[in-house]
Amino acid sequence: MIRADDLAIFPIEQWIQEGVRWLALNLRPLFQAIKSPIEALLGLSDWVLQSIPFPAMVLIVGLVAWRSAGVGVAAFSVVSQIVIAMLGVWAEAMTTLSLIVTAIVFCAVIGIPIGILCARSDRTWNIVRPILDIMQATPTLVYLVPVVMLFGVGSVPGEVAVVTAAAPPLIRFTNLGIRMVEHEIVEAGLAFGADPRQLLWEIQLPLAIPTILGGLNQTVLTAMVMSVVVAMIGAEGLGLVVLQGLGRLDVGRAAVGGIAIVLLAMMLDRITQKLAEPQRGQRTALVQVLMRLMRGGRREAIAAQTEAEENRQAA
Amino acid sequence: MSERLRIENLYKVFGKYPSDALRMLRDGGTKDFVFAKLGQVVGLNDVSLTVPGGVMYMVMGLSGSGKSTLARCINRLNEPSAGRVLLDGEAVLALDEKALREVRRTRMSMVFQHFALLPNKRVIDNVEFGLKLRGIPPAQRRRRAEELLSLVGLGRWGHHMPHELSGGMRQRVGLARALATDADILIMDEPFSGLDPLIRTEMQDELLRLQRTFNKTILFITHDFQEALKLGSRIAIMSEGRIVREGTPQSIVLEPGSDYVAAFTREIDRGRLFDARSVMKAPAVLWRGPAGTVVGGDGGGFLLDACERVVAGLAGREISLLRETGELSARRGSYVCVPEAAKLVEVARSYRADHTVGVIDDAGRLVGVIGAEQILARIAHLPASGAKS
Ligand SMILES: Nc1ncnc2c1ncn2[C@@H]1O[C@H](COP(=O)(O)OP(=O)(O)O)[C@@H](O)[C@H]1O
Ligand SMILES: [Mg+2]
Repeated sequence: MIRADDLAIFPIEQWIQEGVRWLALNLRPLFQAIKSPIEALLGLSDWVLQSIPFPAMVLIVGLVAWRSAGVGVAAFSVVSQIVIAMLGVWAEAMTTLSLIVTAIVFCAVIGIPIGILCARSDRTWNIVRPILDIMQATPTLVYLVPVVMLFGVGSVPGEVAVVTAAAPPLIRFTNLGIRMVEHEIVEAGLAFGADPRQLLWEIQLPLAIPTILGGLNQTVLTAMVMSVVVAMIGAEGLGLVVLQGLGRLDVGRAAVGGIAIVLLAMMLDRITQKLAEPQRGQRTALVQVLMRLMRGGRREAIAAQTEAEENRQAA
Repeated sequence: MSERLRIENLYKVFGKYPSDALRMLRDGGTKDFVFAKLGQVVGLNDVSLTVPGGVMYMVMGLSGSGKSTLARCINRLNEPSAGRVLLDGEAVLALDEKALREVRRTRMSMVFQHFALLPNKRVIDNVEFGLKLRGIPPAQRRRRAEELLSLVGLGRWGHHMPHELSGGMRQRVGLARALATDADILIMDEPFSGLDPLIRTEMQDELLRLQRTFNKTILFITHDFQEALKLGSRIAIMSEGRIVREGTPQSIVLEPGSDYVAAFTREIDRGRLFDARSVMKAPAVLWRGPAGTVVGGDGGGFLLDACERVVAGLAGREISLLRETGELSARRGSYVCVPEAAKLVEVARSYRADHTVGVIDDAGRLVGVIGAEQILARIAHLPASGAKS
């Protein structure tokens, strides 16, 4: 009987190590170019969030929640923030929030255009789709490996990991939203002589916005999860509180971090979820279905998307 | 009535490589044959037609017969596989993208079955849509849109959202949007099919009314033969991607030419379709004298002046008397005349026992006479001779 250990072991570890070293050495300017805008924005958002006085912050978030999601969510946000502050991890929470805010900006800037390109060309989508599948099937922890190899450790590489993990849902939902715009309406645009740019801005994007916002909600949640995980590669924030607590076997400390994380996540989820529900128009039913599916988990959302695409092709 | 739109030998095969399918179709293969052999769907199979300016041209056929494909090939929402589309003599299929957009913006517009309004924009913005795409300044396009909204009877609804309107109102918006661009060719793909019967009738009348104002050239798609008869100056009937019969409503009902077409004509209301001209007989001269000319037959007649205008009517018994005596009685009876375009129901309504109905042209001259038997024969769908037992 042959055992696994009996097989000759390929020096794959070594190859990868050397390959990455080569990449890091020769493509250094590229990684630097990726890092520097992230570093700049992360620094800025962290500075802004840290320097806003606590009561002002509570008020601002409460107002945003009230405007976008109603009184209930606003009240919940205010209470959550006060609890977080009373747990003594306000500064850490703001650091985590800045990781998330920055990630949202980058995901939107990168993800929405890619989603648009995917929606416009089946060929692009056929290339991007399997990549997204792999990215979303990859456990968040595994993201850290290439990131550390290429970007090193710390908050900025952590942010790179957050952006990479959080962008796929937005790309998917942008693509889906545009493709799902009612065929007859797109044709009306064409029949009245819209050029591709007008078609995008007058018809496709506006009608896809509820779906895109649904994707944004997913992106925010993924960013939330990831911003905790990247504590393992040295990013600061609430994740670090948990990690330190676990490292010192200080269960109390770890739990404090955990509670703050859950509160922050629920707050962000509620606020962004309500954004995706349209105030008017005919798409309410559709979006509600989508939202329900998203709450049911990512896999079902993917299934729904596939189904929608098949329907579109059959129609 | 110059020719505006002409379609010559147009084919549409859905599929990437249509050349084999086209060869089969040209060799006489049918839609089913091509599908069986190649698995490709034939949308249009050698369609030719000519739409004169200022008329409503109806394309009628059952679902799947290729009506929408035809409409969409004209503005190239579907790219035809072969053939020509000529707009005022200009080959539409040869246009590059930019020129095609220009044609779509300024010369043809479209009305959709499910309205295809932008759900996120107000009614007024929807009406402005075509003008906005063309780059017309906001104030100007707003004025134009308001004008059209009040023309379709929705002057007060501009600031509402489309979903607040009923189906009929939404299609009025669709109509206003299409009219706002000043394109004088309108392609309407089953615009009223999604509406309740009562609203549909109302919209048909509205369209006829608007057409009297705008005098557009309209290609109107429908699966409803009644609608085609009511609105159309000419009708093309499609089946399996081909035009199987083309002509005026009356000529199609009179001579369907095939069982397929005849099936549509069976249930229709002939009294409202056929006009006086289509059943009238040429007036026979019975008597000439200093008082004028008497024309007519056993059922009654007319005394005409030198310009063939009706001076008086003669009942059947007066004609008999005239025949016997050769003398025209001094009595001047009343008479009934209808214009040539009067429908048979109207003719029947004005019919009086022992009299013939006269048919007069625009100048008031008597051009024909109609007896009860002609009306009955046409309404009952009998041969004009009425010889059936
Ligand atoms: N995009 C398409 N791809 C493949 N087949 C199509 C497509 N559009 C229409 N067809 C087919 O072409 C035929 C004519 O369709 P259509 O013009 O929509 O009919 P109608 O409008 O008369 O109901 C049908 O057999 C339909 O299935
Ligand atoms: Mg159709």
